[in-house]
Amino acid sequence: MYRYDDFDAAFVAQRNRQFRAQVERRIDGSLTEEEFKPLRLMNGLYLQLHAYMLRIAIPYGTLRSAQMRQLAHIADTWDKGYGHFTTRQNIQFNWPRLRDVPDILDALAEVEMHAVQTSGNTIRNVTADHFAGAAADEVADPRPVAELIRQWSTDHPEFQFLPRKFKIAVTGSSNDRAVTAAHDIGLRLVEREGEIGFQVLVGGGLGRTPMIGKVIAEFVPSEDLLAYLGAVVSVWNLLGRRDNKFKSRIKITVHEHGIEAIRDMVAARFAEIRPGFSGVDQERLAAITAQFAPPPFRTASTASFDAAYAEDPVFRAWADTNLFPHRAEGYAIAQISLKAHGATPGDATSAQMRVMADIAERFGHDELRISHEQNVVLPHVHKADLPEVHAILRAHGLATANIGLISDIIACPGLDYCALATARSIPVAQEIATRFDALKIEHEIGDLKIKISGCINACGHHHVGHIGILGLDRAGVENYQITLGGDHTETASLGERTGPGFAADEIVGAVETIVETYLAERASPGETFIETYRRVGMAPFKAALYPDTAKPAVGGASDAA
Amino acid sequence: MPRPFTPKVVTGNALLEGDVVYLAADGSWTRDLARAELLTDEADAQVRLIEAQARAGEVVGVYLADMAEGPDGPEPTHFREAFRRAGPSGYVFAKSTS
Ligand code: SF4
Repeated sequence: MYRYDDFDAAFVAQRNRQFRAQVERRIDGSLTEEEFKPLRLMNGLYLQLHAYMLRIAIPYGTLRSAQMRQLAHIADTWDKGYGHFTTRQNIQFNWPRLRDVPDILDALAEVEMHAVQTSGNTIRNVTADHFAGAAADEVADPRPVAELIRQWSTDHPEFQFLPRKFKIAVTGSSNDRAVTAAHDIGLRLVEREGEIGFQVLVGGGLGRTPMIGKVIAEFVPSEDLLAYLGAVVSVWNLLGRRDNKFKSRIKITVHEHGIEAIRDMVAARFAEIRPGFSGVDQERLAAITAQFAPPPFRTASTASFDAAYAEDPVFRAWADTNLFPHRAEGYAIAQISLKAHGATPGDATSAQMRVMADIAERFGHDELRISHEQNVVLPHVHKADLPEVHAILRAHGLATANIGLISDIIACPGLDYCALATARSIPVAQEIATRFDALKIEHEIGDLKIKISGCINACGHHHVGHIGILGLDRAGVENYQITLGGDHTETASLGERTGPGFAADEIVGAVETIVETYLAERASPGETFIETYRRVGMAPFKAALYPDTAKPAVGGASDAA
Repeated sequence: MPRPFTPKVVTGNALLEGDVVYLAADGSWTRDLARAELLTDEADAQVRLIEAQARAGEVVGVYLADMAEGPDGPEPTHFREAFRRAGPSGYVFAKSTS
């Protein structure tokens, strides 16, 4: 894993000193709130409904156990004993006091972490596949290049005052677990005749005007990548609409000018700036890559795993849902669900953070990952250790066997915390999870992704949920709109609205109706929700959700294309 | 036709703590909505708002929030203000124990 060099450490320390002085000047009145706000946002400090919120980057979702322990320490010392993992591989603390934030940032710097560029109109935390460096289906580890981009984009003088925020995600696998198609730039690592390069998507994004990213380049060789990224951001930096916040993201720029025109402009800009890249970035990349060398995998018998799997139904259920194939023989990727039924999606207490850190240290080559799905991942665990790992997780309420199931819900903070929210999302997630847990049918339902946002900004990725839920304020009452058929993977698609929204006390029932319809419509138990939806279309779901308004003329109802 | 004025309180977040505060009749900031001054006159409300906004060393993001008169003081008329008063759902320590 990447370790800070002297430059990184000095940069973060200097930034923290500056911010400490800025906080003091705000408190003593030398800075107005108008002057202070952009400074605090540059350092990840928001003001939310009930308190300040500090958003800390977890670059490409990777953490060492010491870092996770420090997060637990921060939660206990300066917050209320828990943190919230987000869909962009950040952690948010919901209750810091203004005066304490410089101390929190210094505590983060001790473990090589920071909150720089987790807000503001800059290039944000670079996210990556949470199985990077471990998954069996990977071309190459995307994290070295993600780290290179982090270094290049941090405090980049040209890109500190962009038209709007800018998000980059990288995947090293053709199975896209990084939602690259919903980012301003999505990078897909590919191999062509033995050479590593990147397919580049541009103009994806959710929010008010959701768009799936378009391919701007099929193959950018690794050594051209930074220049190419610089060219894209630079073209948008000039063209991007600074006059209208709702049209400022690159997705609108691409939409307004067309991908062909943007591609040509980027090519021209690339030709201009490419000579400026002398190869230093490639030396840097090589040095970074060396730090991401795989851990020393061991060879051992998996007999204890096989025995537990055969004998213990609880372990078997967990293994079936929460494990993912590892590229090393005898190893598995183990996912820790932060979605215990009825819990707040993505929240972890300091005690849970310490348990996960200890497990990573003892059994997981000291590595943890945060997924955009708001779960924690142990990327490298030998199967022989899994029964013990599971037992420890279970003792701490961390062994919920629901990854990828209906209760593994993405939910943004919504109106429980977020100042921009128009409705709550957390209680909706909690109630859906609790309801389906009580019905004991979530394993029977199988792969089904529900994603909930508390406003149109779509931090909860609702457009790309198989079932998406968007909380709105309709004449002073919470109302929930449903979309169906979204997909966040390599076959990305945006969900389609079912029709009028549902009141807070109707939304869980509506989800139940959708699930019942799916169970009735599916061709076989193996046909997933999204497959059934793609086959039968919206009509049967609409008919079930709005029985009074359904058109009788549809006939069999399930014949829509 | 201008809409009739609905009662309001002055509210914002405390600069240091970040938590929700309301302006009381004596000019102090209170965490307790019941103690907030309910402003029923529009001109009066504007003056109180401007005065409060000038206290930038104490509060951030000051605005007028709609309230109704209840038996124990101002009551939120919109769920957003109700949640601002109550704190996040689901956490027992949400408010007051901080
Ligand atoms: S989607 Fe809206 S409510 Fe949810 S976190 Fe984002 S801005 Fe806040």
